Amino acid sequence: MFPKARYDYERPPMRSASLWVWLALHCSAALLLVMGRPCHGQATNADLRSAPRVKIGSKSYTENVILGEMLTLLAREAGCRAEHQAELGGTQIAFESLKKGEIDAYPEYTGTLTMEILSDYQPHSDADIERALSQSGIKISRRLGFNNSYALGVPRKLARDLKLSQISDLNQRQAEPAVRRLKFGFSDEFMNRGDGWPGLAQTYGLRSYADGLDHNLCYQGIRSGKIHVTDVYTTDPEIAAYDMTTLKDDRGYFPQYDCVLLYRADLVERAPQVVPSWLRLEGAIDEPTMTRLNAQARIGRVSEGRVAAMFLNEKLSTDIPLPKDDWWSRMLSRLAINTQRHLLLVCASLAAAIVVAVPLGILAYRVPAIGHLVLGGVGILQTLPSMAMLMFLLPVLGLGMWPTIAALFLYSLLPIVRNTYAGLKEIPGNLRESATVLGLDARARMWLVELPMASRSILSGIKTAAVINVGTATIGGLIGAGGYGQPIITGTRLNDMTIILQGAVPAALMALAVQWLFDLAERFVVPKGLRIAAGKSGG
Amino acid sequence: MIELVDVAKSFGSIQVLQPTTLHLTPGETTVLIGPSGCGKSTILRLMIGLIEPDQGQVRFDGTPLTPANVMLMRRKIGYVIQDGGLFPHLSAQDNVGLLARYLGWDKPKVAARVEEMADLTRLPREALARYPTQLSGGQRQRLGIMRALMLDPEVILLDEPMGALDPLVRFDLQEDLRKIFQSLKKTVCIVTHDMGEAGFFGDRVILLGSGRIVQQGKLDELILAPADDFVRRFISAQRLPTLGGELVP
Repeated sequence: MFPKARYDYERPPMRSASLWVWLALHCSAALLLVMGRPCHGQATNADLRSAPRVKIGSKSYTENVILGEMLTLLAREAGCRAEHQAELGGTQIAFESLKKGEIDAYPEYTGTLTMEILSDYQPHSDADIERALSQSGIKISRRLGFNNSYALGVPRKLARDLKLSQISDLNQRQAEPAVRRLKFGFSDEFMNRGDGWPGLAQTYGLRSYADGLDHNLCYQGIRSGKIHVTDVYTTDPEIAAYDMTTLKDDRGYFPQYDCVLLYRADLVERAPQVVPSWLRLEGAIDEPTMTRLNAQARIGRVSEGRVAAMFLNEKLSTDIPLPKDDWWSRMLSRLAINTQRHLLLVCASLAAAIVVAVPLGILAYRVPAIGHLVLGGVGILQTLPSMAMLMFLLPVLGLGMWPTIAALFLYSLLPIVRNTYAGLKEIPGNLRESATVLGLDARARMWLVELPMASRSILSGIKTAAVINVGTATIGGLIGAGGYGQPIITGTRLNDMTIILQGAVPAALMALAVQWLFDLAERFVVPKGLRIAAGKSGG
Repeated sequence: MIELVDVAKSFGSIQVLQPTTLHLTPGETTVLIGPSGCGKSTILRLMIGLIEPDQGQVRFDGTPLTPANVMLMRRKIGYVIQDGGLFPHLSAQDNVGLLARYLGWDKPKVAARVEEMADLTRLPREALARYPTQLSGGQRQRLGIMRALMLDPEVILLDEPMGALDPLVRFDLQEDLRKIFQSLKKTVCIVTHDMGEAGFFGDRVILLGSGRIVQQGKLDELILAPADDFVRRFISAQRLPTLGGELVP
């Protein structure tokens, strides 16, 4: 369903036929409000209150986030109140929210524009692209200066020794034994893509034998010398990290993914100072630079904001104060945001479920004919796998928090309905009669006798639902709902255990805390007499 | 007072009560006695409106019991079941005061009445704050009676109230109950299968068999002039302790 946990998380999403693109089709602008979150604090200067407000978006991979940070910092420098809605789920989400004005600008790639966003127009030139975009009220900058496309990477030393600089060298010098002995190893995806290895081999007349392996293993293979040539993305920080170089695509086989800025045309009136400040980036970032910036963020683990600020100060001579960069404080602030969101997902869904499920349980108890339907219905809901549940909800609720809350709500129904029903059902018949003959009406019987007597069972149903919810809420990470699922998904994709643990450990702790809280709550919710009775029968 | 006029009741194909007419005499204690399944509990449940008759009428002070008025009627009737039927989630005093509180009595009034009832039934005051599971069987039954008497009802119905108690506890409680009924001059109907209990309480004893009244009157009359063989057998089936063939004095 999802791309395997591998490095291609960091690619512009359009190149992997991933679910992200499909999910993105269902995006609705309203959801972006809850999905996006400011990357850094708001401007604190009171003067800025009257300043124009600019919202910058970025897609969910490091390079795009760094560029989004640059736009944000530049906009602030130009006197705007700028907000960065970082890590939007995919190309369609980013572009749709730009069209709808949820965001005012985000970084995009020419290949993505021609092949995905504007594929219906089949643009052949920059003028075509510009015309098509202007119909949606969107303007495009000139190229920033780097192309993030496929390339063939080889260890720098090897390339120097064999005097390899472009791909056609591999063909022309095939006679040399050293060149013939080169081992090719490509990522599985590249092996099978239309614009991947088969076409490349044909275009350059290369021998067609190559090994397919996981992308992460490609870099390891290069480092250990097991393979010598592999596919890379031109701005991969690993190219520098593993001391590699890329061979020039001298026959222009790989499509161009030149980075550009997309921004709303109305920005020129709303915040006239901001566009010129952004356009200073035109031609300012070449591939080595972008690669270096990616390396700082991904390998050096410097925050995207700091990477962006350092670059701007150096290249554009701005004087932006560098954001504090401390792994712990970043981790903690991420943890705080995720905890807050996770709690929101769990609490909102649970509260709604209590409001609906307890009355449903009462109804099932009161009207047995409906009871069978209700219990059967919520039982069926429970059997739906969480991914399937999300698939059903996505077309209706889009992406983000709401479908996640809805799914958790539906999953919470069964334990609460069933326990409410069972708790009421197991009240001994003589006590039910006792309440009746006392002269209590049905309502009073329910509130004064039946519900208090069923309270332990109902509470334990709610507890079960809550604990399950804490775990299940991590599926929210798949559809941009935030919470502890986010680091789990990101960490899985980046193959980074420390990130996974940032979601898994607090989720487990939260489940324990929930359990403990409910045990505590029992003292206040379950009447003392029942607890004494349970203690007696238990001991 | 409560009366059954030509009332019959079936559960499925089994007729548990043949068309029967009986009324409770005000201020008197009526005992319904008979073997299991004779219909004696059914009569009590019909009187309190837990079940509806298939034919005939149950009347309270001349007013037929209907689904619309049954709730109000119940508040004029005290009902005691085996083991008290106390709510485990409420303390003893809250069990007794539940309906009064629901009907809007203020707390001091409820507390005062509960204490009065505790004194009447000789329940130790300190037991009032405890929960049902912390009390003995006899104390629970005293609480059940307190709850039945709380709103000072005109009629008290008791369904095998002593059934679950050991003989000593039962003996004391029987004494106390009779005193209470006599002093309060309540109209009482007790269901039991114990001849000794029937004679101890009953101003009038009604013997039921197979869903109909076989004989009624003072216990002496039933013993001395049994209406038929069933009555004779039922009375002589009560085993009394003997010592060398002689009744214990």
